[in-house]
Amino acid sequence: MKNFDLIKLPFNKNNPITVQVLGVCSCLAVTAQLKPAVVMSLSVIVVVVLANLIVSLLRNTIPPRIRIIVQLVVVSTLVVLVDQVLKAYVYDVSKQLSVFVGLIITNCIVMGRLEAFAMVQKPWSSFLDGIGNGLGYSVILIALGFTRELFGSGTLWGYPVMERLGLYNIGYENNGLMIMPPMALILTGLIIWWQRSRNKDLQES
Amino acid sequence: MDYINIFIKSIFVDNMIFAFFLGMCSYLAVSKTVKTSAGMGIAVTFVLLITVPINYLLNKYFLAEGALAWISPSLAEVDLSFLSLIMFIAVIAAIVQMVEMIVEKFSPSLYNSLGIFLPLIAVNCAVMSGSLFMQERGYQNIGEATVFALGSGVGWFIAIVAIAAIREKLRYSHIPPALRGVGITFIITGLMGLAFMSFMGFKL
Repeated sequence: MKNFDLIKLPFNKNNPITVQVLGVCSCLAVTAQLKPAVVMSLSVIVVVVLANLIVSLLRNTIPPRIRIIVQLVVVSTLVVLVDQVLKAYVYDVSKQLSVFVGLIITNCIVMGRLEAFAMVQKPWSSFLDGIGNGLGYSVILIALGFTRELFGSGTLWGYPVMERLGLYNIGYENNGLMIMPPMALILTGLIIWWQRSRNKDLQES
Repeated sequence: MDYINIFIKSIFVDNMIFAFFLGMCSYLAVSKTVKTSAGMGIAVTFVLLITVPINYLLNKYFLAEGALAWISPSLAEVDLSFLSLIMFIAVIAAIVQMVEMIVEKFSPSLYNSLGIFLPLIAVNCAVMSGSLFMQERGYQNIGEATVFALGSGVGWFIAIVAIAAIREKLRYSHIPPALRGVGITFIITGLMGLAFMSFMGFKL
């Protein structure tokens, strides 16, 4: 049951973006369309799961004073691998993500989970914690990407949904504001509002 | 491009927070009072100002394609740019460690108020992306890279001090309980971002 909580809690009560407020930068920058959002989610899941596992295996041998550098080396090695794989197989998305793949290194979710969890917990729990937090991050990313692409450019994964539904003929217009970056912040704010009005114990005084 | 152009552009048009949303974690967490946020802004500017020129030299003489030609012509085709992420983060982590020791020695009060966020500058996206943008945009010489770093730092400073001033006033207003704290900060940052977009012009 405890292991199950590690995966379940990040979806709601302990969501990395809306509750822990970690990893916000990338969440806002890559969600103008669904496809980069999904690729980014997968990359972050891979990195956070493997980094959690490796650091947890090494946790008893890392001297506390230089732990940040050790963690950064582990994370950046993984990110370089992911970056090269993306460049090889999905070059167009890799161009679209630009510096944000590199910024997974400084993604606060990865560092935050390493500091708060993997440094003190056993490998198997850390592995599950990585999966849970990676998925919790993906849920928000995909929700934002879905909303912004659907209402901003009228497509989903490049497929012209609004045009096929014939909405343009009856006077529907795309909302250009949705693709602009500030709208991602406002949407995240609204998600936080919705979530906290359902969970009273998350509210700040 | 001339220096003033790059400076103004990196403060307002390419503002790290309002145009790219980089460094949001510490931006959201440290912006409760104007005083601490100003200290944080200065620390980030300082780190950017040191790390970007160093990384510029690293990139130009070791990492970019053909950069090793100055050692011997046989190395002219070596491309080490896939190593740049690791090199950049190592430089940044080392500089941040140094800044931490200096601040601890000369200003213990600032050190205490920044707390955990001082070491976390190492993983502040704004610092890392300063180096990555420098590499991507291909500045001509070290002067341009330095001016770009200064401009980005000042832009980040302005952004965090502005939101801190607004949050100090927000304490006296009636906000729905579920929106208090993080929620309203997100929405206000979005609105400020819209205002900053007027520097580059709207395209709806």
